[in-house]
Amino acid sequence: MAMTTGLANTAEFYDLLETLGGQLYVDSQKDIPPDVRNALRAAFDRETANTPRRILGTMLKAIEVADQHRMLVCQDTGIPIFWIKIGRGFAVDGVRMMDALRKGVERVTVDHPLRSSVVSPISRRNNQTSSGIGIPVFHIEFAPDIDYLDVLMMPKGSGSESMSFLKMLFPADGVAGIKKFVLDTVVDAAGKPCPPTIVGVGIGGSSDVCVTLAKKATLRPVGSRNADPEVAELEEELLRAINATGIGPMGLGGNTTALAVHVEYAWTHITLNPVAVNMQCWRGERRRARIYPDGRYEFDY
Amino acid sequence: MTGHEEDGIEMADYELTTPLSEDQVRVLRTEDTVTLNGIIWGIRDATLIRIFDHQTEPPVDLRDAVLLHVAPNVRKTESGYLPLSVGTTTSMRMDRFTEGLLSRYGVRALIGKGGLSLTSGEAFREHGGVYLAIVGGAASVETLQVEAIEEVYWEDLMPECLWKFRVRSFGPLIVAMDAHGGSTYQDVANIARARLAHLYEQLGVKV
Repeated sequence: MAMTTGLANTAEFYDLLETLGGQLYVDSQKDIPPDVRNALRAAFDRETANTPRRILGTMLKAIEVADQHRMLVCQDTGIPIFWIKIGRGFAVDGVRMMDALRKGVERVTVDHPLRSSVVSPISRRNNQTSSGIGIPVFHIEFAPDIDYLDVLMMPKGSGSESMSFLKMLFPADGVAGIKKFVLDTVVDAAGKPCPPTIVGVGIGGSSDVCVTLAKKATLRPVGSRNADPEVAELEEELLRAINATGIGPMGLGGNTTALAVHVEYAWTHITLNPVAVNMQCWRGERRRARIYPDGRYEFDY
Repeated sequence: MTGHEEDGIEMADYELTTPLSEDQVRVLRTEDTVTLNGIIWGIRDATLIRIFDHQTEPPVDLRDAVLLHVAPNVRKTESGYLPLSVGTTTSMRMDRFTEGLLSRYGVRALIGKGGLSLTSGEAFREHGGVYLAIVGGAASVETLQVEAIEEVYWEDLMPECLWKFRVRSFGPLIVAMDAHGGSTYQDVANIARARLAHLYEQLGVKV
């Protein structure tokens, strides 16, 4: 078992986390994950009509331009959301970690500079630091299958985030009820979340778990399948149905409305059947840093 | 202008220079593609609230103008502003201002993301206007198509000021709502809803 007590006591470690926090926030907005790029190219090839081809062509061009000129792909810097996995035996002062990552986001916002998209819901005041009460968001879990610290950043834009839904169905509604809710939600959302989207579906849990699972589902590499074969079948069925609606890129018609449907689930109460939908826009932005017990780190998506 | 045909429907590609006349706008049909050169005006919620809710006349003549729903990220310099990231926002929040923009100020086109209501569609039909859909999230492309920020008005609303952008080859913009009651958003929604019954059946959903 890796022992990292030494590392976790050093100021250098938290300085590193601060730097990484800032880098992840800005770089996730300039560099689109390879699985998303591939999915967009495949979607382009599947279109025959002019409008969806022009739109997907522009999306691919935007990624290329951002690569060439080191620019943000989209102007919405979004809500900074960290998904953190603390590996077995990786000792870290969680409070110092959160503080460091938060400072990193604030510093890159001021220095780069980035638009701060974060305000008080009451006064609508913006501190211009991409932070505030409860922001950045931190989802922290302990992972038994790794021995390192995995820090994933998702800059969640509001075009897609505004299309978030939860419904507490009855058990009698069954899985059919879940399918109907997902399909209806995507049809009603139409072009608003900037399709083609990654559609995240959460099933079960308590209500808060259900909604979190829906968002977590969008983090999976595009087209990856749930390990449970029945759930994988549900993912494929829903993807086929969603793309058969013809809503298409930017809701202007076409063969690809969703790049993927990912379902995550947890067990739930005997009389509950919760389902949640969270959409991730066509850019599928995410970026991660892995910090190993020896202090080495690397970036990934 | 270049044209091509799909499913028996003529579609055209236009390169236009602003300002746009009513005749130019009435020629456009949904699914046509437009690329723009010249001046387009950036506006957002606060700009429109000032004009209409606070009854403040715009500081410039917007007759035949093309407006873009945007609050750009900029860097202030000695000589003005440099665009850092110019990307388009959701139009529907500003839907209620369409009638006023067209009837009172003579605006000809709105560039945005996600479309506007059928009420706005009626205003386009009556006064001669169009909604040009931009590709959302492609701010990198959009930014490079802005040659310069020539002027900015109402800086106290930063970044929701009234921006004067000079653009070149701005687009592609898809004509999504035309001056003849056409709306691609409506067409797509109708087709999707019509397909739902069959899709429910395929999924084993009983309605």
